[in-house]
Amino acid sequence: MSAPVPSMFTPAAKAMAEKLALKMGRANLDEFAATLEELAKVDPNIVAVTSDSRGSGKLAPFGKALPKQIVEVGIAEQNLVGITAGLAACGKKSFGVSPACFLTARSLEQIKNDVCYSDVPAVLVGISAGLSYGALGTTHHSLHDLAALRAIHNISIIVPADNFETREAIRFAATAKKPVFVRFGKAAMFNLHKSETKFETGKAIQLRDGNDVAFIATGETVVHALLAAGKLAEQGLNCRVISMHTVKPLDAEIILRAGRECRAVVTVEEHMVHGGLGEACAAVLMNAGAHPLFKIVGIPDEDTVTGAQPDIFRHYGISMEGLSELALKMIK
Amino acid sequence: LPAHFEIIYITHEPKHFLSMTDRELQLKAIHLRRKTLEAIFGAGAGHTGGGLSCLDILNVLYNRILNVSPENFSSPTRDRYVQSKGHSVEALYAVLADRGFFPESELKTICHYKSYFVGHPTRHIPGIEMNTGALGHGLPICIGMALAGKMDSAPYRVFTLLGDGELAEGSNWEAALAASHYKLDNLIAIIDHNTLQITGHTRDVMSNKPLDEKWRAFGWAVKVVNGHDYAQLTDVLSKPVEIGKPTCIIANTIKGRGVSFMENVAKWHHGVPSDAELKQALAELFAAEAKLKEVA
Repeated sequence: MSAPVPSMFTPAAKAMAEKLALKMGRANLDEFAATLEELAKVDPNIVAVTSDSRGSGKLAPFGKALPKQIVEVGIAEQNLVGITAGLAACGKKSFGVSPACFLTARSLEQIKNDVCYSDVPAVLVGISAGLSYGALGTTHHSLHDLAALRAIHNISIIVPADNFETREAIRFAATAKKPVFVRFGKAAMFNLHKSETKFETGKAIQLRDGNDVAFIATGETVVHALLAAGKLAEQGLNCRVISMHTVKPLDAEIILRAGRECRAVVTVEEHMVHGGLGEACAAVLMNAGAHPLFKIVGIPDEDTVTGAQPDIFRHYGISMEGLSELALKMIK
Repeated sequence: LPAHFEIIYITHEPKHFLSMTDRELQLKAIHLRRKTLEAIFGAGAGHTGGGLSCLDILNVLYNRILNVSPENFSSPTRDRYVQSKGHSVEALYAVLADRGFFPESELKTICHYKSYFVGHPTRHIPGIEMNTGALGHGLPICIGMALAGKMDSAPYRVFTLLGDGELAEGSNWEAALAASHYKLDNLIAIIDHNTLQITGHTRDVMSNKPLDEKWRAFGWAVKVVNGHDYAQLTDVLSKPVEIGKPTCIIANTIKGRGVSFMENVAKWHHGVPSDAELKQALAELFAAEAKLKEVA
């Protein structure tokens, strides 16, 4: 019998999403591919570079519509980044698209030197990021990428939470004069934002106000923080939820405000607890002398449990239930 | 050839902008070797052997082949040169200074506190295209540049210089596949085949033989030349060796070329001359210059 495909949301979490009027969108991956194609149709300088990742990057329609604007390099991620850098150095707006696990580990030196140090306006898109490949195991997880790239000078790191943030991140990247890394997963995402929301790189978006617990989350974990805040509200707690879509440069102001105004701060990320969003927020708070109750929720430094992405999320408490329980314990 | 590239594939005839005689280049090479050695001495660090082995190649490139000058360096149609063997940067700095990209006096600041002149190429320096120095990076970058040129039907060519020891980096072979796959006849990879690396002979460290057959097997047009012979270098660098194929030039060179006690000695890979050694080396180069002038 094949393994059952679990849902990312329990029935209670689904009910909360409905209560919060969240509508299910498409995968950020689909949003990325559609946005890039739309932009590339207008700007012939946009070039996608793939490492046998046209299919997994949902770029087959792009390739059909714009065959002169896609370069296939085969399964060769170091070459992918070098070529993406060379294209950018010669005036192309190049997007290197490859699974985040390979793109940011095998090609790390190319990212550091060819893109960041050489300061070319290349965009690196890490698809199927974090735990998207679930049970395929550690070879296919990217739980190191934020830490690795945070330690490299001259690159913006964007981890969009939903379709809106993905679209805006890709639009930003298409005009950026500096290196940009964007990473996202392949599961369908709830839309979290109101239509009038503005997206600005380096400026986090506050989705919900409250002074009891502040959830500072990034990427595809933001929805779980939002659902947890909804659940906690039923128990009389007002929780703040911040979508920290840009992990670098970090919005220090919103972190400090949360640290000073809320009883506790919980950070949430689809990344190892070392070197990611949580430790970045902790550094901001500590450096400023703010010492709220503080917890980092992410993947611990251990052999990651086997399972599909929703299994792993739940196992490590990245869920409405896990986050709300943690928050309650912290401020009891 | 991927179908979508067919309509934009144009092979341009290269244009050359300077015409120096072989003898003028030989005299210049002696001057550049002196400047390279002085720069390494002043920096207290550097890659002497490899700098001297590739110097004649750089001399021919910058004075005969590349459509690159301080005046046109922002032109999108300029030729591109990326030094993949970035450690031999002192020779490149010497050539760029000679071509007027910056004053020769700047060479004295290499590796000094707060100098822009780092011990490997950086774009802070006029004339440098990309930051290199970690090995195995130049060829993939150049493929991106060459592809951009083909996409835009731009007339420029893209050159990179690799060390033979550098070829053990696997990224070169990923790139070698891609260059022939895309039929990048606007791409020229020159291998400074001095047969020595930091540990000793390349054949002992990690043999690359048969080098020419390897590149041919990867779909490249290959030429083997004497990397200190101006006529041979000029001939193979002037135009694509074969339309529809990237060019690999295996330039047989002598590590430490031009200074008797440095030639073919692995310790000069990154050896820095002492006062006395510099004096002796410069004396040898002045003597060579006098002899060359005498012959003329």
